[in-house]
Amino acid sequence: MEQAPSGLKLFGSWASSYTHRVQLALKLKGLDFEYMEEDLNNKSPSLLLYNPVYKKVPVLLHLDRPIVESVIILQYIDETWTDRPIMPADPYERAVARFWCYFADDKLGPAVGAVFGLAGEDQKAAVAQVHENLKLIETELREGAFKGRRFFGGDKIGILDIVLGCGSYWLAVFDEVMEVKLVDPEAFPLFHAWLRDFEEQEEVKEIIPAIDRLLEYARGIRQMMLSLKDTPTAAAPAATTTTTTTTNDNSNVAVESGSGV
Amino acid sequence: MATAAKGVVLLDFWVSPFGQRCRIALAEKGVEYEYKEENLWDKSPLLLKANPVHKKIPVLIHEGNPICESLLIVQYIDEVWSNNPLLPSDPYERAQARFWADFVDKKVSECWTRLWKVKGEAQEEARKDMIEDLKLLEGELGDKQYFGGETFGFVDVAFVPLSAWFYTFETCGNFSVEKECPKLVAWAKRCMERESVSKSLHDPHKVYEYVCQLKKKLGVD
Repeated sequence: MEQAPSGLKLFGSWASSYTHRVQLALKLKGLDFEYMEEDLNNKSPSLLLYNPVYKKVPVLLHLDRPIVESVIILQYIDETWTDRPIMPADPYERAVARFWCYFADDKLGPAVGAVFGLAGEDQKAAVAQVHENLKLIETELREGAFKGRRFFGGDKIGILDIVLGCGSYWLAVFDEVMEVKLVDPEAFPLFHAWLRDFEEQEEVKEIIPAIDRLLEYARGIRQMMLSLKDTPTAAAPAATTTTTTTTNDNSNVAVESGSGV
Repeated sequence: MATAAKGVVLLDFWVSPFGQRCRIALAEKGVEYEYKEENLWDKSPLLLKANPVHKKIPVLIHEGNPICESLLIVQYIDEVWSNNPLLPSDPYERAQARFWADFVDKKVSECWTRLWKVKGEAQEEARKDMIEDLKLLEGELGDKQYFGGETFGFVDVAFVPLSAWFYTFETCGNFSVEKECPKLVAWAKRCMERESVSKSLHDPHKVYEYVCQLKKKLGVD
């Protein structure tokens, strides 16, 4: 197989928002790459070779060296190809951007996953959690770190737009599949407006899969999750998402009085 | 106490390995700062204002700006004070360093949260996972002086505070870190020869004592 001139190869999955993040960043940077679709139910030997620790997508191979974990990959891309930066230049701004990237992955993401895997009262509680998280972001947009900005990155899409944006289209899909309102434009006007703007960007439109494909996929997963939930021994997806401990939780796991776990 | 020259304040808790990462990084850079001990059962208004999202330590406040999350704080410190760089300059090496520091949190710390609270089969699983994760880290260290190679670096800073917890992990999990991962123990001893580390970490027995008290307080056991 011919290698892309940039020496880049991406192992991903069409429905993985983490994969979309990397594809979007590469597109914004104008970088060509070879794409390998992974069947996550039958992972390739290459994937297992390049990501032995987590065995997950995305994996970016650059000149035959693997980089894993999407937020780490995004920073790698930004530091290697410095045109059209996606990270801010200022160290404090960088820390803020990274903070919210980790918030998206450690808090918002699992909360949304929990909504998806639950029903009834449990789902209501999970929705409330998502709203709590969105409220924090809305506050930053309204009066905090991102006040007055079109995108989190400023005038142009930056790393946080990529991280939040490439998962947020799922919110609309879930709204449809479960008839649960996650991004209420009245409760989260700025977030809602930002998301609409983000989704209108040419590069984003070229990356995000067709909505009907996403809907079909989401419906299938939802069916499966609900049927698993009734099986006593099955690992409920909600459980796995809520126990995903991360940097922020672990910041005090050894010392906090059991909270944050 | 050092005055907050250039406005550097660290909100922290004495035994926190996450706080210690920040202390080590600041020491490595020779940055003077004001250390503020937090009572985690009665958090200060300053902490709640500086970290409204997670309400946790450590928080570094620099010229009035709060930075949260220990690994982000260390990267911030590395970017603001460019002497004695902690992260490598090569982007690929940086990605690897970020990966392993993140691994310490995603895996080792995560195992610990299970290990000290659960019993029976769940604890056995946590113990197995912990050993597996420590072995992976040992594999990454290999025969290098430090995770950073010849120089003490980002992953060393990220992981070394947990070495003061090895004794606690071993006692709670009923295994021996020395037996399972002798290179890690040797590495930890090497790190302790650095003043930034020896002055930041606490005696492992003190750490264990703290955990025992915490367990009693929370009714775990």
